[in-house]
Amino acid sequence: MMCQECQERPATLHFTKIVNGEKTEFHLCEVCAQERGEMFPGGMNNFSIHHLLSGLLNNAEPNVNTFKVQQEAPLRCDTCGLTYSQFSKSGRFGCSNCYKAFGEKLDPLFRRVHGNTHHSGKVPERSGGTIKLKKEVSELKEEMRNRIEREEFEEAAKIRDRIRELEQQIADL
Amino acid sequence: MSFQKFISNAISEWMNGDGQDADIAISSRVRLARNLRDEPFPMLATDSQLERVIEQVEQAMEDEAFKTRNHFEMIRMEALTPLQKRVLMEKHLISPNLLADSRKGAVILSENEAISIMVNEEDHLRIQCLFSGLQLKEAWEAADGIDDIFEKHVNFAFDEKRGFLTSCPTNVGTGIRASVMMHLPGLVMTQRINQILSAINKLGLVVRGLYGEGSEAVGNLFQVSNQVTLGQSEGEIIENLAGVARQIIEEERVARQNLMRNHRLQLENRVCRSYGILTNARIIESKEAAERLSDVRLGIDLDIIHGVPLSVMNELMVMTQPGFLQQYAGQQLTADSRDERRARLIRERLQSTIE
Repeated sequence: MMCQECQERPATLHFTKIVNGEKTEFHLCEVCAQERGEMFPGGMNNFSIHHLLSGLLNNAEPNVNTFKVQQEAPLRCDTCGLTYSQFSKSGRFGCSNCYKAFGEKLDPLFRRVHGNTHHSGKVPERSGGTIKLKKEVSELKEEMRNRIEREEFEEAAKIRDRIRELEQQIADL
Repeated sequence: MSFQKFISNAISEWMNGDGQDADIAISSRVRLARNLRDEPFPMLATDSQLERVIEQVEQAMEDEAFKTRNHFEMIRMEALTPLQKRVLMEKHLISPNLLADSRKGAVILSENEAISIMVNEEDHLRIQCLFSGLQLKEAWEAADGIDDIFEKHVNFAFDEKRGFLTSCPTNVGTGIRASVMMHLPGLVMTQRINQILSAINKLGLVVRGLYGEGSEAVGNLFQVSNQVTLGQSEGEIIENLAGVARQIIEEERVARQNLMRNHRLQLENRVCRSYGILTNARIIESKEAAERLSDVRLGIDLDIIHGVPLSVMNELMVMTQPGFLQQYAGQQLTADSRDERRARLIRERLQSTIE
């Protein structure tokens, strides 16, 4: 579908406006949508998911003391330079280090969006670092306890050696 | 040029209509968002940083495992005209996002178009697998496999606590977005749809129109997808969505049976009128085309219309869109002449199924 305004560019924004029960459909390209921005409260950008997110972020801290915030150095990612306040406006991270830089501050946001703050899915082989090994160690420890309970000491000793090996590997990484 | 085939050929494998429950669940898609650890995310990256991402991706693509899987081709967005990009979007091979902002963007397509990997969209990599019918598990396994091959060659941004790190906080963790595109005319006609949609929202799933974010459902097509990506495993997410999809399919079947039992004549009338219009119209707008195609599709499922394969309906769904029509015509078209060509294309395609 082409933009209904310019008929030149493809329409990328599709929405319906209802005023006094009268429904009007819009199919606009970004350029024309921005030009007509005054039609929509707060401008077209309000429609993006990132602005919704930024609403969440601001709500997450309703009691911010503005004076105090001005006194503190702004929280900033030292890799890409994105500040926390820029992030809360755009709703997007600048690089992978932002997650570390903003740290625990992100927990309320993740809890709201996902109902959770910790990953429990796939762990990649390489980038996952020691997580996989740690998981294996804890599984082996469990098995070792079971073997000891069943008095299978020879097996338990083998597992103990394997755990030591893995723990050494973790320490070396 | 070789990428021409991805644009000129209407049929992707997901359209062949042979997957499980493909009468109602048209397609299943799994997308994984991944980023390289050492480059800024596309929003902040400079052109040369984005170029480095492409280079690393290209190197990883040299892996033998890719070659044994399928034949892949990388297409850079800057090599395409706006119309060509639009056609790729209408085939669901790239997102509207990549179309709108394709600075240093690229897409890697498998020959059967079941796998498309967007480079430098919102994230460095968006691995997407698109299958016919309800095949979420299969789509996840395919995407997981591609992810593993990349992981051998590049350092992904991954954090012990947060999982895969993405540009948008809504994708963090698994980075997975799974969705099923469903044709639900029975639930719309019996007005059960709103009840079901609000129940879906309570389950942490979202429903969108055909092209994702911001577009409304046209032709009774709905896309149901997971919203939560952090804290659940991929398997749980897929199983949860598949379970809900199966339930919606069941509800849709019940609604259709009720319609056939209680309003058979009205239903047949509606389906056959729509078929009549599609096989005879000289001018048809895209919205009407989508609605009539939905009716005929329902008619095929309910044995009211005979001899038209579902794959033709899937094809027409894609081919009647503006980008495709213009590609087909080999020129830019005004809205009026698109409506005329759309009508002709539908007529001809449906006629070919009769002969």
